[in-house]
Amino acid sequence: MRNLETDVLVVGAGGAGMYAAVEAARLGSRVILADRGLIGRSGATVMAQMTVAAAMGEPADDSVEAHLADTLKAGRGLCEPDLSRLLCEEGLECVREMDTWGVGWARAEGHLTPVMAPGHDRPRCVYVDFLNTGPAVSRTLRTQVIRSPLVQRVGDLCITDLVVHEGRCAGAVGVHLPTGEAVTIVAGAVVLACGGLTRLYARNSASSNMGGDAYALALRAGAPLIDMEFVQFFPIGHLAPRMIGMDPIMWDPFRYKLGGRLLNGLKEEFTHRYGTEDGGRYTITRDQATYAIYKEVEAGRGSPHGGAWLSFEHLPAEQLRAAFGPVVDRLAKNGIDLAKTPIEVAPIAHYHMGGVAVDTRMATAVPGLFVGGEAVGGANGANRLSGNAITEAFAFGRRAGASAAEAVTALAASAVADPAASAARIEQVRAQAQRLIEATLTPGTLPAEANTAAAIDELQVIMSRKVGPFRTEAGLREGLEGVRALAQRFHAAPSFAPGAFDPVWLDWFDLRNMTLVAETVAVAALERTESRGAHQREDHPGLDPDWTLHLESRLAGPTDAVALVQSQVNPQIALARVPVNAGAAA
Amino acid sequence: MKSLAQLKVWRGAPPEEGHYEQYEVPFESGNSVLDGLRYIRSHFDRTLALRFACINANACKECMVMVDGKTVYGCTTRLEAREMRIEPLRNKDWIRDVVSEIGPPDERLPEV
Repeated sequence: MRNLETDVLVVGAGGAGMYAAVEAARLGSRVILADRGLIGRSGATVMAQMTVAAAMGEPADDSVEAHLADTLKAGRGLCEPDLSRLLCEEGLECVREMDTWGVGWARAEGHLTPVMAPGHDRPRCVYVDFLNTGPAVSRTLRTQVIRSPLVQRVGDLCITDLVVHEGRCAGAVGVHLPTGEAVTIVAGAVVLACGGLTRLYARNSASSNMGGDAYALALRAGAPLIDMEFVQFFPIGHLAPRMIGMDPIMWDPFRYKLGGRLLNGLKEEFTHRYGTEDGGRYTITRDQATYAIYKEVEAGRGSPHGGAWLSFEHLPAEQLRAAFGPVVDRLAKNGIDLAKTPIEVAPIAHYHMGGVAVDTRMATAVPGLFVGGEAVGGANGANRLSGNAITEAFAFGRRAGASAAEAVTALAASAVADPAASAARIEQVRAQAQRLIEATLTPGTLPAEANTAAAIDELQVIMSRKVGPFRTEAGLREGLEGVRALAQRFHAAPSFAPGAFDPVWLDWFDLRNMTLVAETVAVAALERTESRGAHQREDHPGLDPDWTLHLESRLAGPTDAVALVQSQVNPQIALARVPVNAGAAA
Repeated sequence: MKSLAQLKVWRGAPPEEGHYEQYEVPFESGNSVLDGLRYIRSHFDRTLALRFACINANACKECMVMVDGKTVYGCTTRLEAREMRIEPLRNKDWIRDVVSEIGPPDERLPEV
């Protein structure tokens, strides 16, 4: 067993986690930045090839108020306005700070060249050419992390549970993947920045690390989640022909820049049939486009692989080359010539609006536990505005890092006042962490023939078919039953001790988190008997003003970490209704 | 239309010497070597250790392996209807099966 100690533990080294680490260190905290993959290459940020929304005000006028208005409008009444404001305001500061760090936002003639994106009232989205926003952001932040001597970077460390001591989050336990060794980390504060839950779905645009770890860790630590039913499907994710080495959601900016035409299987334009005006201006929002494609496929007018066509055939090859740059060659390697053939697109799980409930300090209900990035719930309501994800990663990551550092400073003051009590506390936390990780890694009775990798595939199919973008009570009940049965089948731990880079144990940890998070999504989706934003109930069409509230999920039953690990039954979710803007009222 | 790739995959972990195991993997045109390795896990042997995060965006750079003696990314190398030999990186420490220690030395869990 390896025992580490730090001021701030940041879980997840994507955009939010790296920003949190830099900020906490800037305020004087020692930081461990842990990731289950490689630092700065894991998670969603590095995969984002698109744009970052910020009211930079150049070359044309813009304002935080205008960005906020668009964010709230997209959120269909469910945004927590204080969090949305923070996203727009502090996000803007961070986008400027990233500029000074040399990220390289695209410029021409001495000014930024922000582009229009769906749902915005003006061009507001900066980017790094060509399709390089995420990698450039990740590289820039990683450089800042490396320049922070107080940050220790630890890759290949999979955090499996948080440690709560006397009601306060005091560290975490996990497994060092290359050796399979148990690790305990005693920390003054913890920041969860390990992203959303898109891996729950068979077709998704994020990495295999986005299986809802942040939500499961928070739930088991006693922190409630909100808006878990709101999963954003990106309408024009790449479907066919098979394309590798490219982000499946890369088509959006090109569709905007060039006016790519969205056509059904009969090669007809169709989005106008669903009460939206496209007309080449491409202002249709994501939930509307997803609905339109889904309905065409259902009516038997889908493309051959079950989506829609996206066509650039009306454009001359030179114009495609000018707009796509070197991307044309990368497409050619995939056998795609846009001037000659359309490609097929379909809705793909892209982002999760819900997440851990926080205040504007990014503080959860559990003292010492903070959250950053996509793992935060509430800022984007029922539907996220295009371009807000990286902005949110920056803003919420930085704020979470600052708040964690502040919490540690308060703790340090009490340690100075009573060093003996502080030392005793650290020993107690360490002992508790050791009990927890020993209980977690104890081999169980999972049958040898139980294929954990196939079980994850199975879960993804259940979620896609029954808890996807369009829902019914019957389907959701079937989905819930399927998720629970799967969780029960894989409840017992593998029957052997974890080895080096143990894929079965890693699957098992993933299944434990993914089935719990899948349950929260399905339970909340079943409860919300209306259609709003990304949550569309076929049996309850239309937005119901009475449902302008959050569903809050927490664990019912034992919350003692060791008892949870040793429990023979699946954890259950309890729902509560919480008014919007509760944060501002509190 | 499905074709078959014969994947000859290096298995084992130190202090073992390691050995090849052969798998017949059905694939569609365009499928990657990483797709094939993931197929093996779901259909034949869940204990095959792999490392990858982004699956097919070529962003995480974790899926580096050797295919027929050449260092490649598993996600950008396509399956072919023939025997393909898949091994861990030769110039990195071997961890298990086709997984090598690729984390930068100053980003690993510090030695005791």
